[in-house]
Amino acid sequence: MASSNALAGPGRVPGLLRAARQVGGVLGSLALTFLGLTAVTFFIGRVMPVDPVLAIVGDRAPAEVYDRVYLELGLDQPIWRQYLLFMGDLLRGDLGVSIQTSRPVLEDLMRFFPATLELATAATLVGVLLGVPMGVAAAVNQGRPIDHIVRVVGLIGYSAPIFWLGMVALLVFYAWLGWAPGPGRLDVFHQGLTPSVTGLLVVDAALAGQWDVFHNALAHLALPTAVLGTYALAYIARMTRSFMLDQLGEEYVLTARVKGLPERVVIWRHAFGNVLVQLITIIGLTYASLLEGSVLTETVFAWPGIGQYITSALFKSDMNAVIGGTIVVGFCFVGLNMLSDLLYRLVDPRTRA
Amino acid sequence: MKIIKHTLAAGAIAAASVFAVPQASAETPPNMLVLGQTISDLITLDPAEIFEFSGGEIANNIYDRITTFEPGDYETLVGGATESWQISEDGKTITFTMRDGMTFHSGNPVRAEDAVFSLRRVVKLGKTPSFILTQLGWTPENVDDNVTVTGDGTFEIKIPADISPGLVLNALSATVGSVVDEVTVMANEVDGDLGYAWLKTNSAGSGPFSLRAWNANETVILDRYDGYWKGAASMERVIVRHLPEPAAQRLLLEKGDIDIARTLTPDQIAGLEGAEGVTIEDAPKTKIVYLAMNTSEGPLADPKVWEAMRWLVDYEGMLGSFLKGQYSMQQSFWPTGLFGSISENPYTLDIEKGKALLAEAGYGDGLTLTMDTLNVAPFMDIAQSVQQTLGQAGVTVEIVPQDGSALWPKYRARRHGLILAQWGPDYLDPHSNADSFAHNPDNALEAKLTGKLAWRNAWADETITGMTEAASQETDLDKRAVMYRDLLTAHQTGSPFVNMFRSSEQLAIQDGVTGFVSGPTFDLVFYDGVTKE
Repeated sequence: MASSNALAGPGRVPGLLRAARQVGGVLGSLALTFLGLTAVTFFIGRVMPVDPVLAIVGDRAPAEVYDRVYLELGLDQPIWRQYLLFMGDLLRGDLGVSIQTSRPVLEDLMRFFPATLELATAATLVGVLLGVPMGVAAAVNQGRPIDHIVRVVGLIGYSAPIFWLGMVALLVFYAWLGWAPGPGRLDVFHQGLTPSVTGLLVVDAALAGQWDVFHNALAHLALPTAVLGTYALAYIARMTRSFMLDQLGEEYVLTARVKGLPERVVIWRHAFGNVLVQLITIIGLTYASLLEGSVLTETVFAWPGIGQYITSALFKSDMNAVIGGTIVVGFCFVGLNMLSDLLYRLVDPRTRA
Repeated sequence: MKIIKHTLAAGAIAAASVFAVPQASAETPPNMLVLGQTISDLITLDPAEIFEFSGGEIANNIYDRITTFEPGDYETLVGGATESWQISEDGKTITFTMRDGMTFHSGNPVRAEDAVFSLRRVVKLGKTPSFILTQLGWTPENVDDNVTVTGDGTFEIKIPADISPGLVLNALSATVGSVVDEVTVMANEVDGDLGYAWLKTNSAGSGPFSLRAWNANETVILDRYDGYWKGAASMERVIVRHLPEPAAQRLLLEKGDIDIARTLTPDQIAGLEGAEGVTIEDAPKTKIVYLAMNTSEGPLADPKVWEAMRWLVDYEGMLGSFLKGQYSMQQSFWPTGLFGSISENPYTLDIEKGKALLAEAGYGDGLTLTMDTLNVAPFMDIAQSVQQTLGQAGVTVEIVPQDGSALWPKYRARRHGLILAQWGPDYLDPHSNADSFAHNPDNALEAKLTGKLAWRNAWADETITGMTEAASQETDLDKRAVMYRDLLTAHQTGSPFVNMFRSSEQLAIQDGVTGFVSGPTFDLVFYDGVTKE
């Protein structure tokens, strides 16, 4: 007994067990999320008062064409069987073919999602880089002009319709001032020149060493990023301000100040350190919601992202595309949640126990 | 505080650096045509399957059809991939002679074998627009016998159905009449699909342009084909950009980033009128806006109510206000100016007459109806106008706006009351509309003639159905035109359809860009004549 204990090491077996349990838990929650997402999307698709056959054959199709496609889609089968068949295909990695693009949904997602990923990442970066310091500054200067300014900026970003904001940004920076290029991911003369590696145009152009395309892609990214970033910034600044105010009123902050610690240390190390966990949650949620695709921003800026893809798929009753898109968005949420959990462990020692 | 200032400054620099990126010029190159429109309807580029506006338009610039129309003249049918044709005396056989010296984009010659392959392929694949050819009596089983190569550069089609050869020739000018490159298509065949999976997203034509790329919901890029039989187009490349937001489209036009804006709203067109550097052009189309009545039961089954409805629409009022420039008067189902059309528009708003007719029908105390329509402009505006004028005659209308994906299944299942919708022909022959608006040989629900508007509205008039059939079979062109005029008049005054307007496309074009032709149907849009100063 003693030797086996020595081999395993004190506390090692329970540690492994715990890790296995955690991995099992994560995998279980992933599987459940996956099942729930597909089931809900599938059944909503089937009970919607739209006709998936008409979406394919068109309004004018003769009855015989309609009937043939109806059978091809397996719509004559009971709904549970349709779901099982669908799940079978899905588990083999076959998301089916999209009606609206005539291409496999997986291929579409690999093209549309990076466009959204590029935009959402840039917007979140803007939101964090500007929103966090603004929120902190507002909290530290509560009631002073800087606080009012941050609150007004936040209010505008939060309450102005993003569609309107996009149009105004285009009008001012593209049409009047000429500082930014118009809608789209690239100017027409740069299209189709860059081999797709990641799907992120900025990255692909840099990898290919095509610096003119890189600059063009970055310039096209600027306006939609600014618009979407304003929304992210407003939310993050507002929440940061509120979290910071809570902390700055705590006794430990007073103690730190009484001890004569520099204000910089009091604010950033003590107070800010304690809002990080909440802030990570907020940033994670903001990023996830932007990754869903912002349909309105994508529409104004003719940005071929996943939001536009899923929305137009919905209008066309293109359920393969809707389900594919929903799964991607679902996984983004799950993934970012897991990432947030990991980050909590890094910033909050209490969660490591 | 210092650190906060530093952080804020760093953030501002980061944001500014994003904007400080140099940008490209805002003028389209002189050898490139850039169109701004919506292409979200584009779902296939296979001519055997295309039935969408964007698809038909693009295919017209990639493929040559067996017959076609010259840009600007839509009354005279001319040869496309064929040079001439001969109709047999009984009108049951047409022999075509192919045009000499044509080549596909692949370099392969355009042969009679390709034309025969293309027609057989449409029928065998059986996609939605195949009905344009199957109405000739062709089936997947008999099409090999009815469409055959007869010699070097000639082929023959036989017409089993009782149908006028004039109609057949017009039908072959539709997208399904496009000639595809058999060798290239069959090289990409998978599991006997006649190259269907491949041709959905690729091209194999002989037209002025070839497909370079189609990025769904983003762009379609076409490259000039230097070997085009009419001579190479002036533009080396055509880029069709998907710009779903009309306001953004207008900005791009004003900045010179697109040459032609195709889907601007009426207020944007009004704003551009008289603007420097931009010209507005109207291109009349063949789409007809109509109000129809489900005659299955109730008041809408009464012809007096139909007639009353025709007097209770404020045609001029709408055309003079929110429809200005976008629509014109069209009270018959076949657009005025085309073969066999009439120009009479006898109805105006006359509340008293409408009321009197309703009283005659026994509805003097009024009645309540529902009106299904699409939830987009201008249908909602038209519906509200009709609701208001019908209201003056005691008819209470509840408008049910909805998306097409919900409306069409309802319409096809005859679950509507009044419906306000639009219809455009599938090819430039009056039969294309007559077959839908007027022909209903079996009104039973089980007959499922869902492609016909007459059937959807449960309306079967033996005389009018007979007139439609006779006109479609008439071989004498002049007689046929007269027959359609009679049919249009009979339908105008005796059907449950209130035909109202004909649509127009309003194009905003950069000065210096000329030669863009948007014909009457969605699949007669020509890019090859475009030049830039």
